[in-house]
Amino acid sequence: MVSSPLSATAGLPAQARGGASADALIEELHRLQERRGWLDRDALRQVAAQLRLPLSHVVGVASFYHLFLLQKPTAHRCAVCLGTACFVRGALQLAEQLSERLGVTLDDPQGDGLWSLQRVGCLGACGQAPVLVVDARLLTRLPLSRDELPLLEQRLDTAGLPRAGANGLPPDLACQRPRPEQRP
Amino acid sequence: MIALPPRSVPQLRCCQASGCRSAGGETLLRGLQDASRESSGAIEVKGVGCLRLCGRGPLVAWDGPAGTALFGDLKPEQAGDLVKLASAAPPHPESGPEGQKAGNRNGEELDAMKGAALAALNAQRLDLLQPFFALQTPLVLENCGLIDPDAIEEALAAGAYSQLKRCLQELTPEQVRAEVRRSGLRGRGGAGYPTGLTWDTVALQAPGDRYVVCNADEGDPGAFMNRSVLEGDPHRLLEGLAIAAYAIGATRGYIYVRAEYPLAIARMRRALAQARERGLFGGGPGVGSFRFDLDVRVGAGAYVCGEETALLASIQGRRGCPRPRPPFPAQAGLWGAPTLINNVETLATVPVILRLGAEAYAAIGSPTSPGTKVFALSGAVRHTGLVEVPLGTSLRTIVETIGGGALDQRGAPGGGALKAVQTGGPSGGCIPAAQLETPVDYESLRALGAMMGSGGMVVIDAGTPMPLLARHFMAFSISESCGKCVPCRAGTVQLAALLDRFLEHRAETADLQRLEELCAMVRDTSLCGLGQAAPSPVLSTLRWFRQEYEAGVAVR
Repeated sequence: MVSSPLSATAGLPAQARGGASADALIEELHRLQERRGWLDRDALRQVAAQLRLPLSHVVGVASFYHLFLLQKPTAHRCAVCLGTACFVRGALQLAEQLSERLGVTLDDPQGDGLWSLQRVGCLGACGQAPVLVVDARLLTRLPLSRDELPLLEQRLDTAGLPRAGANGLPPDLACQRPRPEQRP
Repeated sequence: MIALPPRSVPQLRCCQASGCRSAGGETLLRGLQDASRESSGAIEVKGVGCLRLCGRGPLVAWDGPAGTALFGDLKPEQAGDLVKLASAAPPHPESGPEGQKAGNRNGEELDAMKGAALAALNAQRLDLLQPFFALQTPLVLENCGLIDPDAIEEALAAGAYSQLKRCLQELTPEQVRAEVRRSGLRGRGGAGYPTGLTWDTVALQAPGDRYVVCNADEGDPGAFMNRSVLEGDPHRLLEGLAIAAYAIGATRGYIYVRAEYPLAIARMRRALAQARERGLFGGGPGVGSFRFDLDVRVGAGAYVCGEETALLASIQGRRGCPRPRPPFPAQAGLWGAPTLINNVETLATVPVILRLGAEAYAAIGSPTSPGTKVFALSGAVRHTGLVEVPLGTSLRTIVETIGGGALDQRGAPGGGALKAVQTGGPSGGCIPAAQLETPVDYESLRALGAMMGSGGMVVIDAGTPMPLLARHFMAFSISESCGKCVPCRAGTVQLAALLDRFLEHRAETADLQRLEELCAMVRDTSLCGLGQAAPSPVLSTLRWFRQEYEAGVAVR
């Protein structure tokens, strides 16, 4: 049989390593993050010890996947969908508007300390594009045309999104231009 | 297709797919359940999978004595009215078995009812005879929207696991594989490799352990077909997986679902527990020595994990980096053992093939691409949602007849004019409006520089500049590149920088050639499908909309 070039450690059956198996690493990280909100170094060390894996391996895996947070997230988060369907329906403009409104830079995980704005690839709600997530609540079919601006602002107000300056930070933070690869 | 024959006890089916739930469907269902408890008339209320027309959600189907009526854009506060309407309507003595005809008669009864609330509901009725519903051929989605995905009894009553039982009792693994081979089924994940051949390759490896893996890491932006199967009819997928396991001699399987689909994960896990409890995966009487079990594994937000070798690495708890092939997973996959990897839709099709018979299934669709395919129609199109049609259906039928044509986006320049259809996500391409007569099958789309992909279909209107769209996909590829091979890691960044020159009108004439050369290099030398396909959106828009790039060349 041909042996997979990457299966040196994984070739061992789970029981041979004792305790939980190494292939449970991602599940374990999900569980911890759910409990603690994010993954600090201690949490990663704990997982490494528990699964008998080198810390380097655990950090390597945790840092590979987008959903694992290795920095403390802001208390409130807003994610704007830039999937293709949302993009075609004007999500790029929505992202700019949000960045201005919140006074934070797109994809800066620290935001203004309270709110951050990130973009996501696709939320799978393409039928209701354009969509947005505010603190785990999905807002769908957002009105984006110019004459509907008050309507949009109203929906964002209802969702609890603050307007820049409301928490004492200058809105011009939003004017920092992101690096090319960060720009949508 | 989502209509049911007339029934004496009325029933309300409330769409509980992620899309409708987020648009208020979850609250609506609770409201319907509360109102039905207080109602004097007998009425049943249940949550179901996707009812297709996602753009008009939340949707509720009412099955009454006169057939089925569908309502859209419902507000949670309309729950009471809906229950009142559904439970009060008198039985129609003449209603025939054809639900659609009956539905029309039902409309007259609705009209006769008084009250502003009822008039509002009436205005929210959707025509089930419109092409969006009438032109669909539901096979994979045949039970989606009809049954409660959390109730295994309903799935069983609709025929789930009957083909698995038949395989175990009447067919040898070789016969099952032969049936799949003769059906001509091709992988629905994008590449279109004949499924029967993959199954044979795995089955014919040296004796030993085998695994079967379902790729449910639906990451393409604009794709939500697999999610609908997972959320709407999870038992169909479990049956397909178990049949595949029997056919190739696997005893263990995995379903790898992306973490962005929490509802799909929860429903899948519940379905799995129910199936295990009933001993459907072997161990029961009359099924010989077949024993099978599987786990649901959850991703963590990495598009590249849709690539098969990366997916296997992720299931084993590692970074989702692809590795060179050969050896192919069919030879050496999970823990070095031969592993079958199939997409959700591929496996969900298997029970249908066995039920209809290979020849009958192969007769649907086109000769080189038999069967049906589910597409997720979205973007600048009037009717957005889930569409299942025979392969070989023309793009025009899908986009203009079923989808209702380009959406008139208020205030958007160029809105209302269909410019192109994007298929295959970041790995696919754009098909210009002039080529809409193209039949949708694997070869025709590839000939146009696009690809079938997993089934995402995004309609682009004249308001979207093509270089900007290509840049958008390149940003996606940059962010999702695993970083293992240089052409993909660095090439995509350079491609984005080149595209920026066109977008900012500072490109030179020579940049067009540079763009093409770099695209070819990244395509030809990247390690895995992600990198190899990353230039496709650029190449296809360059091919069909070159003048838009030329317009980005600086005037000196």
